[in-house]
Amino acid sequence: MKPHWLKRIVLTAAVLMVSIYYVQAQSKGSAFFAMNSIAGLWTFCLLLMGVILLSALSMKYRLKNLIRSLRARHQKPQLENVAAYIRQLNSHQLTALLRIKQHTKVKMLIWVALGCSLSAKALDAKPTRLMNQTGILITIILILIPVLVGIALMIFKLRRVIGNYHRKVYQEESGLLATYLDEMNDAEMLNELLQRKAALDYSLNHDELAGTVAAEDNKGLLNEISNENNVNFITRKKASSSRPPVDPALGKLILWFLGTATFWLLFGTTVGEYVGIKFVSPDVDHLSWLSFGRLRPVHTNAVFWGWASLAMLGLGHYIVPRVSNTSIASLKRGWYTLILVNAAVVLGTICLMAGINNAGGEYREYIWPVMALFATGLCITLANFIQTIARRTSKEIYISNWYIVSAVIFAIVIVLVAYSPFWQDGLGETIVQGYYMHQGVGMWFMLFMLGVTYYFLPQQLNRPIYSYSLGILAFWSQIVFYTVIGTHHFVFSSIPWWLQTVAIVGSVGMLIPVTSGTTNFFMTFRNGWHKLAGSYTLPFFLVGLVFYFTGSMQGTAEAFRYTNLIWHFTDFTVAHSHITMYGIITFLLWAAIYTVVPVLTGKEPPQITVGIHFWVALMGLLFYTIPLMYGATYRGIMWQSGKPFIDSVVFMAPYWLWRAIGGSLMWASHIVFAYNMYKMSLATAAPDIKEAALKKLSEQYLKGSVSSPIQ
Amino acid sequence: MELFDNHKTLYSTALGLFLILTLGVAILPAISNEQNNAPLPDAPALSEDAVKGKALFIANGCVACHTQQVRNVEMDKIWGERPGIAADYADDHRTDLLRNTATLMGTERTGPDLTNVGKRQPSRDWQLVHLFNPRTVVEQSIMPAYTWLFDIKDSVQEGDVVVNVPEAFLASPHQKVVASREALQLVAYLQSLKQVKLPDEKSPLFLYKREKPADNNGGAPATLNGAELYANNCQSCHQPNGEGLKGAFPPLKGSKIVLNDDPELMVDIIMNGYSGRVQEGFGEMPAVGTLNKLSAGEIAAIMNHERSSWGNNSRKVTEEEVKTIMDKVKK
Repeated sequence: MKPHWLKRIVLTAAVLMVSIYYVQAQSKGSAFFAMNSIAGLWTFCLLLMGVILLSALSMKYRLKNLIRSLRARHQKPQLENVAAYIRQLNSHQLTALLRIKQHTKVKMLIWVALGCSLSAKALDAKPTRLMNQTGILITIILILIPVLVGIALMIFKLRRVIGNYHRKVYQEESGLLATYLDEMNDAEMLNELLQRKAALDYSLNHDELAGTVAAEDNKGLLNEISNENNVNFITRKKASSSRPPVDPALGKLILWFLGTATFWLLFGTTVGEYVGIKFVSPDVDHLSWLSFGRLRPVHTNAVFWGWASLAMLGLGHYIVPRVSNTSIASLKRGWYTLILVNAAVVLGTICLMAGINNAGGEYREYIWPVMALFATGLCITLANFIQTIARRTSKEIYISNWYIVSAVIFAIVIVLVAYSPFWQDGLGETIVQGYYMHQGVGMWFMLFMLGVTYYFLPQQLNRPIYSYSLGILAFWSQIVFYTVIGTHHFVFSSIPWWLQTVAIVGSVGMLIPVTSGTTNFFMTFRNGWHKLAGSYTLPFFLVGLVFYFTGSMQGTAEAFRYTNLIWHFTDFTVAHSHITMYGIITFLLWAAIYTVVPVLTGKEPPQITVGIHFWVALMGLLFYTIPLMYGATYRGIMWQSGKPFIDSVVFMAPYWLWRAIGGSLMWASHIVFAYNMYKMSLATAAPDIKEAALKKLSEQYLKGSVSSPIQ
Repeated sequence: MELFDNHKTLYSTALGLFLILTLGVAILPAISNEQNNAPLPDAPALSEDAVKGKALFIANGCVACHTQQVRNVEMDKIWGERPGIAADYADDHRTDLLRNTATLMGTERTGPDLTNVGKRQPSRDWQLVHLFNPRTVVEQSIMPAYTWLFDIKDSVQEGDVVVNVPEAFLASPHQKVVASREALQLVAYLQSLKQVKLPDEKSPLFLYKREKPADNNGGAPATLNGAELYANNCQSCHQPNGEGLKGAFPPLKGSKIVLNDDPELMVDIIMNGYSGRVQEGFGEMPAVGTLNKLSAGEIAAIMNHERSSWGNNSRKVTEEEVKTIMDKVKK
C-alpha cells in the first residue's frame, strides 16, 4: 500500500517539475531563482514538501515500532524481560551492582530513550495553467506558511507526549528490575556475574601481533619505515620503485630534453597568461613586439613545439630502446635533435615577435626555414628510433613503439605537405591548413602520447595492458578516421561541401579509437584503483585519460553542422584546445615525467609540491575552460539571433576574466612544476648519513687503517 | 603475425595508409581547387598600398581575431551580401619566398569579420582613429591599440595626415597624431576589402534561415528594432550616446538635420553620404544606406530611433515617406 502511495506523490512531483521547467524554458533570459520565477518557487515548495514528507514517514516508522514494543510487552511475561536485562549488563553496571550487593542497597537504574510518531497527510497538487501564475503561487505559499508551521509544531508536541509516555514505561520497568536485583541473593549467580565482569574487563596489550622482538625481514619486503608518529596532513605516497639502471649518458640527454621542455612550458604559458590578460586590459602595453596578434602564435607554438614536442621526444628516447630491450642506436643523433628543435622554437619566437610569419593558419605561423629545422630534427630522431627497433632483442614490437614511431613519421609528412613552398594557391591553402592543424594535434601529439601511456601506465599500475588487440584497433582506426577530419574547422566555408561532410563523418568515426583506447586504459586500472591514493604519478594519468575521453568526445560534438552554428569562431574552440592539449597531453606528459625523472636521477620530487602542482593545475584548467565554454555558447546564440556584435564582446568580459584567473592558476602550477624538476634533477639530494658513513668506511678500508671485516 | 613483428612492413603500411588518405583529403582537393578556379571578372587588383597593407595585416597577426569568410549561413549575412565562394580567394598566391598564401580566412571571430569592411566602414578617418586606439570610437572594444603606426608631433608639416584623436587619449592637448605611411597602407588594405559581385547575380543561398519572430498582432510585420540597426550601422562613428566624436564625427543629439521636420536631407545623407561639414574638421560620411543595402523600413526605423533618443524629440517618419524620398534622391 505504502509504496504505491509514495510512487503517486513522486510521480505528481515529477510531472509538476517537468511542466514548470518546460514553461520556464520558453521564457529565456530570466533568472532561475528570482522571486518572480515560477520554477524557482515551485522547486522551493517541492523541496519543503519533501522534507515534511520525510519527517512524516520517519514519525510513522517510529510509531509502528512503539506499538510493536507495547504489544510485545503486554504478551511477554515480565520476568523474562528482567533476565534479559541482566544478561545485557555491561562491565560498569556490573561493578555497580556487585558493590551494591555487598551493601545490600539498591539504587534506581535509569535508561533514557525517545520515540514518537506522526503520520502527516501529503499535499497533492496537480499541474494546471493556473499554477503557473506567480500571483496564485504566492497566495498558495502565504497559505502554506501557517499550515506548515502548525504541522511542525504538532510534530514537536507529539514527540514530547510520546517521550513522556516512554519515560513512564521505563520507570516502571526499571523499578521492577531494581526490586528483583534487591531480592537476588543467589551465590552462584553472583559468581557468574563476577566471571562475566572479568571477561568484559579483558583488554589487549597491543603487542599481540608485533611481539617484542624487532621484525626479521629476510626478503627485503619492508620499505619506507618511519619512526615518526606525527599526524599526516599530506597522504604519504610511495616512492618510485627502482627500475633497471639507465645508461647515464642517455639519462643526461633525456634530462636535457625534459629540462628545455620545462623552460618552454614556463615561457610559453607566461606569454599565454599575458595574452589572456590583454582580453581584460587591452591597453596594458602599446609595443609592436608584444601586441596580441604577434604574441598569440608565440604562445601556441612555444607550448606545441617547445614544451610538448621536446618532452615527448625525451620520453621517446627512454621508451623506444627500453621496450626494444636494447640500447639507443646513437646518442649523438639525440643531441642533434635536441639542438635543432630548440633552435627552431627560439628562432620561430623571435621571427613571430618581429612580425615575420607564414601568413595566417594556426600552428603554421613559423616560416618554413624555421620549421625545416624542426623537421630535420624529427628525421634524425626517426632514423635513430628505427635503427634502435631494428636491433631489438624481442621478437615483437611493443605497441608503444607502433604509436611513437608512426607519430614521428606522420609529423614529418604533415610538415612536408604543409610547408613545401611551391604550391597551395587560393583555397588550396585553407584545405591544407585544415589538414595540417588537425593532424599536428592528432597524429603527432595524441598518437605519440598514447604510445607513451601504453608504456608508463601498465608500468605504474604494475600489471599488463588490458587488451593488446584494443590497442591495435585504436591504432589503425585512429589513422583511418583522424586523417580525414581536418576540414571540420572550415564547415560552411567555401571549401568543397563533400570535403566538409567527409570531415564530419570522420569526426564521428573518432568514437572508435577513442572508446577503444579509453576502455583499454580504464580496464587496465580495474581492481587497481587503490593504487591511486598511494601514487603521485597515477592521478596525473587518471586526469589525462578522463580528459582523453571527454575532450575527444567534445571534439566530435563540435564537428556537427548544427553545433558549428553556435560554437564556430567563438572561444569554445579555445576552451576545447586547452582541454585537449592541456588536459590530455600536458597531464599525461607530467605523469610520465614524474615517473621517469626519479628513475634517471634517483631523486624524488617533494610530494607536497607535486600535490600542489596537480591540484592547482587541475583547478586552473577547470576555471579556464568551463566559464569560457559557457560564455562562448551564449555568444554564439547572440550572433545567431542577430544581436549587435559589440554586445557579444561586452557579454564575454566576465568569462574572459575567469579565463585569466584560471590561466593564472595554471601558470602558477608550472612554477611549482619547474621547482619539482629542479628538485628531481639539479638540486643536491638531502645528505644520506648512512651513505656517507659507508663511503668513509670504504675509503678507510682502502687506506688500510681499518682491518677488513671479513678475515 | 608478420605485419606486427616486422618493423619495416609495419611502418610502411602505416605510412602508406596515411599517405593515401593525405592524398585524398588534402593534396588532391587542393590541387583540383587550384586548377579549376579563377578570380571573378569584376575583382579589382589590389593597389600598391593595399598590397603593403596586407603584408602589415599579416605581420601583425590580425587574423588571430578577424576572419575573412562569409559562411553560407543566415547568421553571417551581416558580414556580406552573399556567401563566400572559392573564386573569392582564387587571386591569392604565395605571398613571397618566406610566406605562404594568405587567404586569411581565420578560425576565430573575437572581432568582426572583415570580408566586406571596405564597404561597411569605408571612412578613412574612422579607420585611422580606430587603429590609433579602438577605444576612441568603440568604448567597449578590446582590440589592441596600434599606436606605433602613428607619429606624435608638436607641429604638423605639409602632407601630414592628421588624425583627430580625442584629448583623453593624448599626453598633452597640443600633441598632433600623424598617420605613418604604414598606417595609411593598412587602411588602404582595409578599404579594399569588398565583396565582389557575381557576374550572373546568382549567388549561393544562405542556409539555416532565422525563424521570424512570432507575430502577436496577427499577420502584421514585426516592427524593426531601430536601436539594434543603429548599433550595427551608425554607432561606431556617432557613438551610443549620439554625441559623435569631437573633431571627427558630428553629434546627432540636437542636430538640426536630425530634428528637421522635413526628413529629406536626412534621408539624402544616409543614402548618398555627406561632406558638408568637412571644413569644421569632421570626416566625410560614407553612403551608409546604399553601401549596406538598407531598406526603406530599416532606414525609417533608424531615423525614428535617432529622432527620438538622447533628448531628441521630433516627429516619426513612416516607411512610405522614406521610400518616396529615397526614390527622389537616388543618384
